[in-house]
Amino acid sequence: MSRILPYPLLSAALVLTWLLLNAPPTPGSVLLALLVGLVVPAVMLALRPRPVRVRRPGTIARLTATVLYDMLRSNIDVAKIILGLRRGERRTGFISIPLDMRAPFGLSVLSIILTATPGTLWVQYDSHTGRLLMHVLDYTDGEEWVRRVKDRYERPLMEIFP
Amino acid sequence: MTGPDLPAWAAWIVVVLALTGAGFALTGALGLIRLKTFYERVHAPTLGATLGAALILAGSMLLLSLVEGHLVLRDTLIGLFITVTTPVTMLLLARAAAHRDRTEQNPKAPPEP
Repeated sequence: MSRILPYPLLSAALVLTWLLLNAPPTPGSVLLALLVGLVVPAVMLALRPRPVRVRRPGTIARLTATVLYDMLRSNIDVAKIILGLRRGERRTGFISIPLDMRAPFGLSVLSIILTATPGTLWVQYDSHTGRLLMHVLDYTDGEEWVRRVKDRYERPLMEIFP
Repeated sequence: MTGPDLPAWAAWIVVVLALTGAGFALTGALGLIRLKTFYERVHAPTLGATLGAALILAGSMLLLSLVEGHLVLRDTLIGLFITVTTPVTMLLLARAAAHRDRTEQNPKAPPEP
């Protein structure tokens, strides 16, 4: 968090985005990418966003793999439900989950994970009680969902965003 | 971009990826008709925004990489921004629906968290 690089993650993301858009990289585009990575975060400084601290790259990689696998599986599950290929009766319902996580960035990532996964929908989070209201398309067992969200997503996110 | 530059096996992979992706997106659209309540319907379009988009983008990246002769990763940015922005709309819709159901005292209104 030096004066030149107030938001190192943002700078790195901007440089990478610029290079991806202008692939294959030439000396000129690399120079422009570095310039964008330096100037834009300096402008962002005026907005005083809260700095993001992430830890444990290994946990990030494992969580990413878990989320990608769950997304694939739930895509197929939801497609089956829509096409009427699923046997047996299906119930939908709301589930209330008590969350231990309070870090705002961790909560936003959790909301993206739950909403982007078909079959689960983040409806409401109460910051006073720390409870999350979620809608699930296939309500097999409420406790099973609570454990799934807490073990698979919340615990790694709490390690990543302290 | 000319057709004959692309070997047949690559063309088949691209076609399969694009059609499977489109199939998932279509299933999501069907879900909007087939599912009954609002909260169920919100789940359906996510199919097109996640696996559907991922498969179509994978096909597009493979095609462009082969045609341009080097690895093209631009399309990952489309995937990234779809993933980050779609939940914002979904969250707003869900919150609005929950608020409406509660003020109308609908029997199927969501409980307080």
